Amino acid sequence: MVPINNYLFLAALLFCVGMFGVMVRRNALVVFMCVELMLNAANLTFLAFARQRGDSVGHVSAFFVIAVAAAEAAIGLAIMIAVFRSRGTLNIEEIKTMKH
Amino acid sequence: MNGELLLFWVFGLATLIGALFVVAARSPMSSAMSLVATFFFLAGIYVLLWAHAIAVLQVLVYAGAIMVLFLFVIMLLSLAEAEVSAPVLRFSWLVGGASTLGLLAVLGLAISRLPAQPAALGPAQQASFGSLGTLGQIVYTTYLLPFEAVSLLLLVAILGAVVVAKARI
Repeated sequence: MVPINNYLFLAALLFCVGMFGVMVRRNALVVFMCVELMLNAANLTFLAFARQRGDSVGHVSAFFVIAVAAAEAAIGLAIMIAVFRSRGTLNIEEIKTMKH
Repeated sequence: MNGELLLFWVFGLATLIGALFVVAARSPMSSAMSLVATFFFLAGIYVLLWAHAIAVLQVLVYAGAIMVLFLFVIMLLSLAEAEVSAPVLRFSWLVGGASTLGLLAVLGLAISRLPAQPAALGPAQQASFGSLGTLGQIVYTTYLLPFEAVSLLLLVAILGAVVVAKARI
């Protein structure tokens, strides 16, 4: 039987890889994909703790996270299409109208 | 080393390598394909955690629907020259790497103090834990209101996506 800590370490590593991508990458689409990676790391943590406690509520949480991620992807990609149409770029260093 | 542990290492390493490729790949298309692979291997990890229903949803919704959306947008926007990522040591790399390593250290310290062994499932629980029936029973009784709220959220997201992305309505 695999210790639950292994799954939690894997989730932590996955979250950190995603966070590093969000901070380093300059393409808004890739940043968005890294956010999806972080969401999946959170899901993995939910499922690991559900397995440890023998409690199915963690599965329900993961289910809702997946549903909200689908909504987030639809809205986020629509915003990216709108930004690309008005600016002609998805480089987040060139999109700084709201920067102080 | 038993079979479960071997499967965990295979799927876990493949997941991590896929995630690293998502961050390191030059073109957004390679990133998206690595992300699809990552989601598949992660579904394998979910099966090891007895979350069969969530693993199926992961493949259907994440690797299927959401990634198709990503691929459509990448092909629609033709980002051939958009990414010019010169691999120089920049300030964001230093800050990002330092904060990521810091977070990883804190998380690792916290996780290493947890009790390790999972609860032993009884025979009745073993038959039902993580199945679609159990998930549906909980979602449609205890969590009925959040479930309906999520369906409303998805409807609003569809409408919002159309309004935002369409040039002229």
